[in-house]
Amino acid sequence: MKRSNAPIFWSLFGAGGVLSALLAPVLVYITGIGVPAGTGMPSDALAYPRVLAFAQNPGGKVILFAVIALFLWHAAHRIYHCLHDFGVHPGLPTKLLLYGSAFAGSVTAAVLLLKIGL
Amino acid sequence: MTRLPYVRPMQGWWRRNPYYVRYMLMETTSVIVGLYAGILLVGVWRLSQGQAAYEAWLAALRQPWAVALHGFMLLAMLYHAYTWWKVLPKTLPLIHVGGKPVPGLLLSAAGWTATLVISAAVYAAVRWWGL
Amino acid sequence: MPDNEKIIEIEVLRYRPEQDAEPVLQTYQVPFTDDMSVLQGLQYIKDYLDGTVSFRWSCRMAICGSCGMMVNGKPELSCKTFLRDYYPGKLRVEALAHLPIERDLVVSVGDFVKKLESVKPYIIPKEARSLDDGEYLQTPAQLAQYEQFSSCINCLLCYAACPQYGMNPAFTGPAALALLHRYNADSRDGGKAERMELVHSEEGVWSCTLVGYCSEVCPKGVDPARAINMNKTSSAADYFLRFVMPKGVVK
Repeated sequence: MKRSNAPIFWSLFGAGGVLSALLAPVLVYITGIGVPAGTGMPSDALAYPRVLAFAQNPGGKVILFAVIALFLWHAAHRIYHCLHDFGVHPGLPTKLLLYGSAFAGSVTAAVLLLKIGL
Repeated sequence: MTRLPYVRPMQGWWRRNPYYVRYMLMETTSVIVGLYAGILLVGVWRLSQGQAAYEAWLAALRQPWAVALHGFMLLAMLYHAYTWWKVLPKTLPLIHVGGKPVPGLLLSAAGWTATLVISAAVYAAVRWWGL
Repeated sequence: MPDNEKIIEIEVLRYRPEQDAEPVLQTYQVPFTDDMSVLQGLQYIKDYLDGTVSFRWSCRMAICGSCGMMVNGKPELSCKTFLRDYYPGKLRVEALAHLPIERDLVVSVGDFVKKLESVKPYIIPKEARSLDDGEYLQTPAQLAQYEQFSSCINCLLCYAACPQYGMNPAFTGPAALALLHRYNADSRDGGKAERMELVHSEEGVWSCTLVGYCSEVCPKGVDPARAINMNKTSSAADYFLRFVMPKGVVK
């Protein structure tokens, strides 16, 4: 009986799930409601110098990368299984597209964060 | 004796039971997780292009439709967090303390608490740090 | 029939392979009293209204696992489900979901038997023992690691609950995997390595998406969802650490 490689993707899904369970609500609120609509957040909380400083900080880079990459891997894995639940039964091309996008997104995030520099 | 076992189709299985509908809702929150990651990725990209590009991204987020979308995404992410901690205990080995099993609900409560505490910390950091 | 006797309408999904191309609902008016189970309702139908209705039952006390069926779309033991809880509404009784219907409320259980056999559901001793070695000694803590998983009565409600099994019958399924874990977790057993090949495969734990409905419907509190997903964690740990720690992470 062939051993499944599911653990790789399941672990990434799990890590992304934990991180998003902890951070997604507050981040969505801050970036999408608090700052833009000015509710509970000063409008300059996400000003360019402040956010740039955060992205230039090595710790900030790690956080941004972890959030973007792990959220993407979580989504790719769950969406793949969700399609199956909806009766779509996706094959290898869809698998490559979903997990490939997560990979591409992660690489892009890393490259951009390195480009932003210190 | 005639034997002709009948296999019932699975189409629309999840619509037949509210439990399954809640499961599908839980699973589809992943689309929002992916979407939000994409929004952040675009933000990082615009940040890397300089002040004007980044402020254009911020301006887009200020659009009423964007705020409404994030309102919807916030609800989805709250449901994700709630269901995530609810099911996480199922992945853990049986733990017994003083001869009694540690109830899953206790572990879920720890998760929900962690979300609250970390959310408060992040909010405080963004609101007040360095200002 | 006494004047104050209530009548409940029971719809039964009939299927007679010799005459039906596909299952069809048939309605019966069943007089009942508050102490009657759905099983007793079916027995009334068979005894007085329609002797051709076929269904399995035995103990009438939720321990034999024979009388599983879908009651208003939910997997239940018919001996443990009461007509009074559905009155004055209608009751719809169908064969357990996700399993082929042989006749009326009788499903094919052959696949499940094969799944049970595949998990090696017996103590595989760690080393050869003779009677002179005496009995195994097991502490309450050791018992607690597997006791709930030994409560399974093979009623198949969890298979009726599991949509992953419904969509892919190659999946080993909740009860079989819970039983697999029952033996792995038993301190007397030494056969874990033999069973893990099944666990690690796609047909093992990795077909499960933690819908969790199996544990909801289990009449015995086995919690198969826990058994399976616990093993996802250990299967994943073993996947990553198998070259570094081939004997496993936990003893």
